[in-house]
This record gives sequence, structure tokens and C-alpha cells, in this order.
Amino acid sequence: MTTNTRVTAPAPARPSVPRPRRTPARAASVFLSTHPRTRLALLLSAPLFWLGIVYIVALVLLLVTAFWSVDSFTGDITTEFTLDNIIEVLTGSLYQTVTVRTVGVALAVTLIDVALALPIAFFMAKVATPRMRRVLLIMVLTPLWASYLVKAYAWRSVLSQDGILEWLVAPFGGETIGYGLPATIITLSYLWLPYVILPIYAGLERVPDSLLEASSDLGGRTWPTLRHVVFPLVLPAIIAGTIFSFSLSLGDYITVNIVGGASQMLGNLVYTNVGAANNLPLASAIALIPIVIIFGYLFLVRRTGALDNL
Amino acid sequence: MRLSRPFRITLGVITTVILVVVYVPLLVVLVNSFSTSTSLTWPPPGFTLEWWGKAFQSAGALDAVGTSIVVALVATAVSLVLGTLISLALQRFEFFGREAISLLVILPIALPGIITGIALNNFFRTIMGVPLSIWTVVIAHATFCIVTVFNNVIARLRRLGLNLEEASADLGAGVWTTFRLVTFPQLRSALLAGGLLAFALSFDEIIVTTFTAGSGVTTLPIFILNNMFRPNQAPIVSVIAVVLVLVSIIPIYIAQRLSGEEQRR
Repeated sequence: MTTNTRVTAPAPARPSVPRPRRTPARAASVFLSTHPRTRLALLLSAPLFWLGIVYIVALVLLLVTAFWSVDSFTGDITTEFTLDNIIEVLTGSLYQTVTVRTVGVALAVTLIDVALALPIAFFMAKVATPRMRRVLLIMVLTPLWASYLVKAYAWRSVLSQDGILEWLVAPFGGETIGYGLPATIITLSYLWLPYVILPIYAGLERVPDSLLEASSDLGGRTWPTLRHVVFPLVLPAIIAGTIFSFSLSLGDYITVNIVGGASQMLGNLVYTNVGAANNLPLASAIALIPIVIIFGYLFLVRRTGALDNL
Repeated sequence: MRLSRPFRITLGVITTVILVVVYVPLLVVLVNSFSTSTSLTWPPPGFTLEWWGKAFQSAGALDAVGTSIVVALVATAVSLVLGTLISLALQRFEFFGREAISLLVILPIALPGIITGIALNNFFRTIMGVPLSIWTVVIAHATFCIVTVFNNVIARLRRLGLNLEEASADLGAGVWTTFRLVTFPQLRSALLAGGLLAFALSFDEIIVTTFTAGSGVTTLPIFILNNMFRPNQAPIVSVIAVVLVLVSIIPIYIAQRLSGEEQRR
């Protein structure tokens, strides 16, 4: 924090500035300012203790639990090493189908959200007047603060058999898409859209207008400018947004319960095995699938600087 | 800036359409909260204020609001302290493992909620033998709220630089005095913004909450989920939903004022 510039000659004593009194707080302060490593250790100890103990240990133990099993008579967990759960999850056709379906839903949601977020974020950051921008920001943020459940529930009522969608399209011979995978994809895209808009908007705001002007001065039309100037600059922000929509979709099970009809996602399998089936080891083994996928994704995008844009 | 006019108009139209689609479901909920139908029928067969009266007398709903506020307040307080400490450490020091720690902070929200939920459920119940309660929810919420405080504070620290703190130290202020009189006042609005987000995140969280809440603990999202599919409770859920959206305008307004002040500075 302080630069170590030493005054070589002792400054002449100035009686107007009293010497600081020697209190324990002062002594500690002096010690800390000359020992940056101690300062760092003190700053880090509490948060690392919390995140390390609560989170990392819990995650590691989840991994360990996946190798345990449940005694089928007593329902207690047997802490003996077994590969049964892992083998079941890797080879069971149910898990393969559901994994493919879940990843498919997460990818579809992510693509839809990016496609919707790009124009709206660009309009907010580069076209709208400052006043308009503030209004738009509020309009994008307000649904974010509305409860997750309320929004899923809203789509349940929009898509229901006597819902507004049926009412709107019935005169044209259409009918509501009802509950199922498409409804899940629509609802999840709706839920995570603000999470994708905000990082992209922040990323676009950091792109200086002068770059766009330079590009058009050099003869760049709108599309080439967007493709060769804007896009590379906001790519990390876009990827940051996709982390949200992808990861949040991958673990969701509540939206599926509300609008998904009979289709299951990985989250549902985990949830039933924790609750009704009371088989934590199997649930842990299933949970490893999204963990591996997300870590793979984070590893892939690590070098793009996306993680700094979250 | 020279973007072609058709391009700007197209963007404006797309933006408008998206925002309309975003608000239609919320409006449907608003209208449903006044509807005489209990089964989400559109158009509503008639209008009534019955649900609004019932919602404000529903003991379950009010209790749930209270529980949610307690959880969110404590989780926010914890995450404010931890988030500030960790952002000071990461912004002001270069050390081995710095990247790993910054990944560690975002991990609780980068991983799906169900992972955090089941990991903590397993940790509390199977490993520690601690019964689930309101405090296990608080611990879980604080863990994923740290990142919102962290993001706001570290962005502010990056912009502040070290000049003022160095000046303060040169003038003889110790570490504490500098933090109290120089660093903290400059962080205040970032802390408020981060704290608001943390509060909102905790108040609305359902997935991690289901896995870490004890049997008697009903936060507002849990209450909503429990009552959503009950025919006579569904309109009350709509009322709660409308109130939540209306109340949420206050923090958004504050956050906007804060960022507006910064831009003017």
C-alpha cells in the first residue's frame, strides 16, 4: 500500500505536528504497514476459511460421497469405496438420455439468450440517448428482481390450455405449445436473459465510441465494423453471459417441474435421489456430470478473459 | 458515431419487441391477481380484490417474508465483510494462487445451484451431522453472495488507485485511520450496490435453499413453491408476485442513483 520511499535526512522537528501516541492500535498499524505479507494473510484468512471450509471441502466431500453407497435395508450410508454409482451413471441409458437432453436445453437457451441480448445490449450501449439508456436499464433490471418462481409461474399461465397464448393464436387456427421441452427452453431463456444482457451491455459500454468512428472514417460499413471491431472486443463479455445461462440451465429442475411436463433434466434426477429416494451417493454421482461439464466449459473459456467479466 | 439509420431503427424495433415479450408474462400475473378464476384462465372471467385482502392476512406469507428478510440480511452482512476483505487482498497484492482464489470466489455462482445445494446438504447432514436450520441457509446464501460484493468492490478499487491512500499514509495516518477516513468512504456506494444485489440474490434463491433449509424453515420462495399448485392459493401467489415486483423498484432506483452520481463525478 505504501511506497517504501525513505527520507534520507531527518526532517527538522516541527512542533505543530504532535508525535502519534503509542497505543496498541498504532503499534499494530506500524507493524502492518511494514509487513505487507502479514497484511495479506490477515485479509485473506477469514474469506479463505469460509470459502475453503464451507465450499471446497463440501465439493470435495460430494466427490467422495459419490464413491460410497446406501445400505438398502437400513437406508444408512456405507462409507466403503465402490464404483457402482459411477458405473451406473456412466452406463445407464436413462442418465445418457437425460444428460444429452439437459446439455441440449442449456445450449439452446444460451444461443437464444445471446441472440436476443446482443441487439438489445447494443441498442442500450451505443444507440440510445443517456436518458433512454437509464430507462432501458431499469426495464431490463426490473424482471431480474421479480422472483424466479413468479416468472416461471407466469409462463405456466401464459402457456396453459386456457392461457393468453391460446387466446391469442386460436383465431388464427394455432394452439398453445403446452408444457414440455419447448416450454422449458422458452421459460429458461426468459429467466436468464437479463443475466446475459448485463455483462454484454457492460462490455459494449467499455468499447470506446472513437473506435467505431475510426472504423467508419476508414470506410468500414456497419456490419464489417461490428464483425471486426466490436465483436472481438465484447467476446469475453458474451462468454461471461453464456456462463450464466449455460450453468443456470444445466442445474435447473424447478422450471422443468413447473412447465416441463413429463420431461426430466439432470437436476430432477439429483433432486429425487436426495429427497424421495434418499440415495445421496447416487445423487452425488449424477451431480458430477454437470460439474465436469461446467469445469470443462470454464477451462475452455479461461483464456478469453471471460471470467473477469462476470 | 456513424451507424447506418436502418440498422439503428432495426435495433430499436428488436429491443421494443423483446421488452414487450419480457413484460407480457408479468402483466398476465398482475391481471391474474385480480381475476376471479383460480386456474389461470384467460381472459379473466371477472375481477375481484379478494386475493389482495387474503394475501395481506395470510400468516404463512407474512412469516415467510420475515424469514426471508432475516436470512437475506445476515447473508448480506457476512458477504459484505468477506467480499471486501477478499477484494482488498486480490487488488492490492500480487501473490501465488491469486488466480485460483478469484476463481474460487465466482465458483459458487458459476456452478449450477443444485451442485452448491447438494454439496452443502451432504456436508451438513452426512459429514458434520448438523441438523438443517435457518443458519444452514444463511451459510449457504452468504457463500454465493460474496461474489456480488467482490465484483463491485474490486471494480471500485481498480479505479481508485493508491494515490489517496499513499497521501494519507504520508501525512501520518495509520492503517486503520486510512481505511476509516480514506478507503471506506470511497467504497461506500460500491458496498451499497453490492449489498443490494446480494440481498436480492438471497431473497429470491430457491434451489440452494430447498437443499439447506430445515423442515420448519419457510423462506418466501419456498412458500411460493409450496402454494403455487394449490388452486385456492395460486391467486395469492400472484398477489405476492406483483408486490415483489413493485417493491423491487426501490433498490433499482437506489442503484441507478448511485451509478448516476458516479458518472457525474
